[in-house]
Amino acid sequence: MLATDGIPTAADLAAKMPSPERLAKGPVVMAECFQRIPCDPCMHTCKQGAILPFQDINDTPVVNHDRCNGCGLCIARCPGLALFVLDYTYSDTEALVKIPYEFLPLPAPGQTVAGVNRSGEAVCTARVVKVTAGEKMDHTAVIWLAVPRTMAMEVRHCRIPERGESIG
Amino acid sequence: MPQNIRFVEIAVAGGGPAGLCAALEAAAAGARVVLIDRNEKPGGQLVKQTHRFFGSRAHHASERGVNIAREIAGAAAAHPNIEVMSAATVFGFYEDGVLGVEQAGRIFYLKPSRVIVATGAAEKSLAFPNNDLPGIYGAGAVQTMVNVYGVLPCRRVLMVGAGNIGVIVSYQLLQAGVAVAAIVEAAPRIGAYWVHAAKVRRAGVPIYTGHTVKRAYGERELAGAIIWQLDENGQPVPGTEKDFAVDTICLSVGLSPLVELLAQAGCRLVYAPQLGGHVPVRNAELETSMPGVYVAGDAAGVEEASAAMVEGALAGLHAARGLGYVQPDFESRRAALQQQLHSLRSGPAGEKIRAGLAQVLAG
Ligand SMILES: Cc1cc2nc3c(=O)[nH]c(=O)nc-3n(C[C@H](O)[C@H](O)[C@H](O)COP(=O)(O)OP(=O)(O)OC[C@H]3O[C@@H](n4cnc5c(N)ncnc54)[C@H](O)[C@@H]3O)c2cc1C
Repeated sequence: MLATDGIPTAADLAAKMPSPERLAKGPVVMAECFQRIPCDPCMHTCKQGAILPFQDINDTPVVNHDRCNGCGLCIARCPGLALFVLDYTYSDTEALVKIPYEFLPLPAPGQTVAGVNRSGEAVCTARVVKVTAGEKMDHTAVIWLAVPRTMAMEVRHCRIPERGESIG
Repeated sequence: MPQNIRFVEIAVAGGGPAGLCAALEAAAAGARVVLIDRNEKPGGQLVKQTHRFFGSRAHHASERGVNIAREIAGAAAAHPNIEVMSAATVFGFYEDGVLGVEQAGRIFYLKPSRVIVATGAAEKSLAFPNNDLPGIYGAGAVQTMVNVYGVLPCRRVLMVGAGNIGVIVSYQLLQAGVAVAAIVEAAPRIGAYWVHAAKVRRAGVPIYTGHTVKRAYGERELAGAIIWQLDENGQPVPGTEKDFAVDTICLSVGLSPLVELLAQAGCRLVYAPQLGGHVPVRNAELETSMPGVYVAGDAAGVEEASAAMVEGALAGLHAARGLGYVQPDFESRRAALQQQLHSLRSGPAGEKIRAGLAQVLAG
């Protein structure tokens, strides 16, 4: 449970998940922000108006998933690194998970890394498809990971394997 | 008594976000301000914050703390009405309203017409056997070494305290290549914002709520620590011990406001645990019980940078008005700032602050 160990429960996640129909249509954001805190950059960043206007700065983001085009601009703007874009249309066997990443060295496109879940466990191998970083993103990179479709709701982080380490 | 006393309009003690915004606001109204900060460059806590700040977009949210510091300190340095004294410490606040200042071994005195105290807060410590072993630090000290001076004092850390500071410093240590063995928290719940906790958790750091340090061990320096579980009455449960071999323990168990100058000035202080300890009684204009002496930021109650900036601006606005410098849009500016403070504190995260303020706000 988030309050005791930092891990959201299945029920926490279910409340934030885009519908299966929307997921089937293409990239879309999942905002894993569960607590009312005074923070609002995501809402101001979204150019699609998919993150609905806040009544109060403590609101958690409410996403109109139909308006979200999965552009991922919000990923690097969230101070909590809590926004992720999922794309189940990537291929028949793999889905894309786009995650914020603030560690060096950055993995390189094509590299195989460990797909890590919300508890910090390596759960599968993931292939780095793209890394976006740069001046504008101010040191928060966004990494596109191709993972087995069944792992797209699990993987939220990645780790470059140690030399000789074999993953999942 | 000193021979040379320099008369100034407004003196701001402390150049963190609260002091900088106080100086900028007062200067914008036309007042002349001297800002005194004991660090080599102003910015306060912000200079070591490499993470993106939460808060409102209007107050630089999503920017990294260190960049916010650069921006507002730059604006203060460039303002013709503001004189910034760095590496200068206010060491005394005397009955006649004179401030004693030390800078590079030189002592001098200021007699300001208004004083804004924005000295921030200091880290608390924790009692446990062997807590004096080398290798046990305040989390802020390690953060300063790593992020300001580029010195890595540790390889493997046990973090004590799962508030925002403990969790954020843990994250920054991971970024610096340090292993964080665990975060230990005596309270049954994580105090940090959950997004920050989730971020270190998925980076592989376990968080033990309802646990505390039983003892540290090591011969000449720290070699490890034993933690144990606390029951619902806060009593340790024998048999639940866990042993962590670590070279460093970071303590992040709360801050207490730095109110010594205010105490010396004769301001009435009240103990408000929700605000971190003894804090001055003040009114909505941030004026303390001593006329002409204002307080803002963590010195007024441990909170956050966004609130510190707004409080600073309010204190600066009113201190300037007291000297006859009234901005044409004074009323609307004041109302806007008060509204911002109100909205920052309106959510569940502001509950503690609201309870604390209820005890210290006068008239
Ligand atoms: C690890 C960490 C993470 C944080 N993350 C966030 C965040 O994400 N978002 C957020 O909003 N807030 C955050 N904060 C809180 C925020 O940094 C503080 O609330 C804020 O800096 C308080 O501002 P201040 O100006 O009151 O005090 P400070 O920033 O502490 O500044 C006080 C200044 O006064 C100087 N000073 C003290 N005494 C004297 C003296 N006698 N003479 C001269 N100078 C003196 C000090 O050297 C210091 O420069 C974080 C804090 C920490 C430690």
